[in-house]
Amino acid sequence: MKAKHQRLILVVIALVAILGAGLLAAWSLRNQANYFYLPEQMAAEPPAVGQAVRLGGMVQKGSISTEADGVTVNFMVTGNTADAIPVRYSGILPDLFVEGSGVVAEGSLGPDGVFLATNLLAKHDENYVPKELEGMGTEQAAKVAADTTVGLK
Amino acid sequence: MIAEIGLAALWLAAALAVLQMVSGAAMLRSADGPPHPLAIYTRPAAIVQAVLAVLAFLMLLWAFAVTDLSIKLVATNSHSMKPLIYKLTGTWGNHEGSMLLWVGVLAASGGLLAAFEKRLPERTMGATLAVQGFVALGFYAFLLLSSNPFERLPVPAIEGTGLNPLLQDIGLAIHPPTLYAGYVGLSVAFSLAMGALLTREVNPAFARVMRPWVLGAWVLLTLGITAGSYWAYYELGWGGWWFWDPVENASLMPWLAATALMHSVSVLAARDALRTWTIMLGVLAFSMSMLGTFLVRSGVLTSVHAFAVDPERGSFILALLGLYIGGAFTIFALRAGAVAEGKRFAAVSREGALVFNNVMLSAILAIVLLGTLYPLLTEAFDVRVSVGPPYFNPAAAIFAVPMFLVMAVGPLLRWKEDKPARIQFELALIAALLIGGIALVSFFGRFPLLPLLGLGLAAALAVAAFLPLRGRKLTRVPVATWGMAIAHFGVAVALFGMACEGAFTKERLAAVAPGGTEQVGDFAVTLESVTPVAGPNWTAIEARLAVSRGGGEPVILTPQARNFWSPPQATSESALLTRWDGQLYAVIGNQAEDGRWQIRVWWKPFVTFIWYGGMLIALGGVLAIVGRVRVDVKRRKAVTKGEARRADLDALGTATPVPAE
Repeated sequence: MKAKHQRLILVVIALVAILGAGLLAAWSLRNQANYFYLPEQMAAEPPAVGQAVRLGGMVQKGSISTEADGVTVNFMVTGNTADAIPVRYSGILPDLFVEGSGVVAEGSLGPDGVFLATNLLAKHDENYVPKELEGMGTEQAAKVAADTTVGLK
Repeated sequence: MIAEIGLAALWLAAALAVLQMVSGAAMLRSADGPPHPLAIYTRPAAIVQAVLAVLAFLMLLWAFAVTDLSIKLVATNSHSMKPLIYKLTGTWGNHEGSMLLWVGVLAASGGLLAAFEKRLPERTMGATLAVQGFVALGFYAFLLLSSNPFERLPVPAIEGTGLNPLLQDIGLAIHPPTLYAGYVGLSVAFSLAMGALLTREVNPAFARVMRPWVLGAWVLLTLGITAGSYWAYYELGWGGWWFWDPVENASLMPWLAATALMHSVSVLAARDALRTWTIMLGVLAFSMSMLGTFLVRSGVLTSVHAFAVDPERGSFILALLGLYIGGAFTIFALRAGAVAEGKRFAAVSREGALVFNNVMLSAILAIVLLGTLYPLLTEAFDVRVSVGPPYFNPAAAIFAVPMFLVMAVGPLLRWKEDKPARIQFELALIAALLIGGIALVSFFGRFPLLPLLGLGLAAALAVAAFLPLRGRKLTRVPVATWGMAIAHFGVAVALFGMACEGAFTKERLAAVAPGGTEQVGDFAVTLESVTPVAGPNWTAIEARLAVSRGGGEPVILTPQARNFWSPPQATSESALLTRWDGQLYAVIGNQAEDGRWQIRVWWKPFVTFIWYGGMLIALGGVLAIVGRVRVDVKRRKAVTKGEARRADLDALGTATPVPAE
């Protein structure tokens, strides 16, 4: 085998592997990417039950209630319209999680229409504004963006 | 005064970077014939520039130490009431300061290269330093034109706004400087690669010069990532050690490229093969650290690392990124054909195994890169997504598992050509450990696939790491070989920790009244009391948890929920109980209306092994550097001695003996 051929074979193998990685990435990104929903979008076109998505909006006033176990919280998330999505979350709430503040919940929609959050992204500094809540369009969105949440990382 | 000295030093350093560039280029052009008159300034320019850039950084450090509130950066990021250590580390806990640190390290490594590297041909050195100066110049421009750290306020502030409390931690003293030094070490590798490519000097001698820089950068990156992972683990209070967050990926990508580069440069040094591939990886590794800087510093990502969201800065770094990476790949495309083919090797050989793993590392890099950039791409089409572990874990594992298998076998193979039959005992042993490990664990319960594979691979790799030492006299094994064995063993240790954390973690979340007890694994956790406490710049609610294992002597843990007042922000301080076989991780939450407190406790078996593994990997790298440098010094001494002897013989007028090589 000539030196040139060996180099060619190496290049081809490397290209095939990298292309394979690229295709694999493209394919699984389509399936695994975690889409962001506003409450009205989730009400209009709900994602498949169990699919990992993110829900972002405002915590409806007077909707937060804690269950008897002391760690499970139920609340409603609203957006620009009257649609409200019920959310259930078990865990330690972010410190600035209060009624009327913005929230991004990671999780999936349950069969009963309740969004089961595995994580609530919490505000920890007023300088950080989450990408998801930018450009929501209304005056309310501006308020949401102003005092809202981002991931702790 | 301090700020003005710093700013002047920075401008002077930028001017010297221009001189270094011009003079280096002159050195490159004075190929034959008398040296160009400008060429003599290259090395001094690099060294003086290093001194000036470091001086500028020290000036900023001083301004933070004394909290000079007339400087805008200090006023917006520091506070006079902060403990001194956080005042100092706060120097790089902001955009401008961290960029100044980056530039300081860049100039310092350029200075070191200019001062101590005498092995390369002068032309190659000139080209290398010219490229280094060019890279530095871009960052000086960035600092001076768009993020001046020394900007004065018209009226000094009365008090500073303080530092993000999440950053008020000893982690800030370790994680950013090591990571930056690693990023920047890759810039030297990049400059060397460019220098060698421009002067057609891609050969083993060049690889031996490049190797310590690559190894050093890689060790620092490894330590930086390990420290960052542990910091995030205990500081964020989520109990996770890796989130596949874009900024984490930004540090992982250069590490993957540097790992591939380090192995490939070793092949080039030892066997004179993989010449173009090494150069390409050198370019790729630095591109990844530039991309990392862009992702973290430009504000395209919202994160605790993105200090300032300023579109001008983002586009500036993007332009630099395009200029350097585009330029480098153009030179590469133009010159790669001129690099002569290296030595050949069979598919089954140590080179073959290294090439395979290089390709696998590049594939993982592609997976991480695409997953990191995908949300940015879709955003252009107004679709908002985030990409997390459900994508990264399986997609990376598809390439990581074959890589680990080859990594177990590769060091056992001979250079150039080998037969699998020669190492059939070792192969059988590795396969038996892998299968045995998986079978043993599955016997005890049902676990997810990836942790299960991880446990099997960890068992096989731990033994395979030391197989290359079998049958050798251990005292005579070169230090660099020990380094390899220990680093590979470190991979097994880290993998074991990750798999155990994934498979066996126990979690308990409950609301507990004072006096109540909860059970996690074989730990009984009793909430004794909850009391308010205060620190220098925070107040907190502190829980006293009595933790006893299997009815033994209780240990007190005190997780806190802290409230900082400047800037106003709340953080959760986890409490950790470290045992040899794992860690208990406790966080306190809010108080429920009925007076109970939320407590979240995890028992994470062997989780500490992840970071022990990281440290072992870095230790292996350090041993490899020590070993290589010692051999190199010895060789140089022998060469000088031989020359002296030959000169003596010439003086005696006897026939010169022909050297063996």
